[in-house]
Amino acid sequence: MNNDLFFDFTVDKEAKTAVITREFNAGLDLVWEAFTNHELLDKWTAPQPFTAKTKYADFEVGGKRFYAMVDPDGNALRWALQKYTSISPKTNFKMFNVFADADENPEEFGSDWDYTFSEEDGKTKVVISIYNESMERFEKMLEMGFVEGFKMTIVNLDNLLDSLK
Amino acid sequence: MLIAAGSMTPNAIADNFQVSRQAVSKHLRILVECELVEQDAKGREIYYQLKHEKIREIDDYVERLRQIIQSRFEDLDDLLEAMKEETK
Repeated sequence: MNNDLFFDFTVDKEAKTAVITREFNAGLDLVWEAFTNHELLDKWTAPQPFTAKTKYADFEVGGKRFYAMVDPDGNALRWALQKYTSISPKTNFKMFNVFADADENPEEFGSDWDYTFSEEDGKTKVVISIYNESMERFEKMLEMGFVEGFKMTIVNLDNLLDSLK
Repeated sequence: MLIAAGSMTPNAIADNFQVSRQAVSKHLRILVECELVEQDAKGREIYYQLKHEKIREIDDYVERLRQIIQSRFEDLDDLLEAMKEETK
């Protein structure tokens, strides 16, 4: 059903940037909401069986979102802090993303995220550009942000398959 | 990308570009450190060749990330469909 929606992901090591482009079958208003309203972000950004839980969020320039990836038992696996640095409603927003401990103490290095939105023919295109000063940290971030939960899901699946043998 | 076709010496690589043998050796040293290229001494010459399995590993890694990102977006697709229903 969604196979015709454009998707592209490229990593430019020299520019220390990854660019994700994705089209969504919805108008700009809804897509903007899904990327900026923390209640909606909590619904889709974590892979099963994990959930994202926002402790607090303030979507305005200089505002922050503090959230965690939570396992099915309710344990926070990893906290992250997002600081909004620029907002042009329904067009673009930028944030600085950094992992943190449960007391909001950020790690030393983070990454810059730049989101651009545009609507055409009822579909909305989102271009996400992620910049990280260190390629090594960048890979670590991508691993943790996207893969960590995924790996654990695979481990769970392996356990399940073993128990069925 | 020359060495993708087969192993070569730094001199042979330099002959194909307007760069010195020293410059080629420097680049090759970095690629060897990254384990993307391996060297093989034959007599007085050192031949360099691409480690194809390592290049494939990087491709696989990017492909895995790609699939993970896409699966998040598929969840968002479903959420957007539900939101569209609500606003009808």
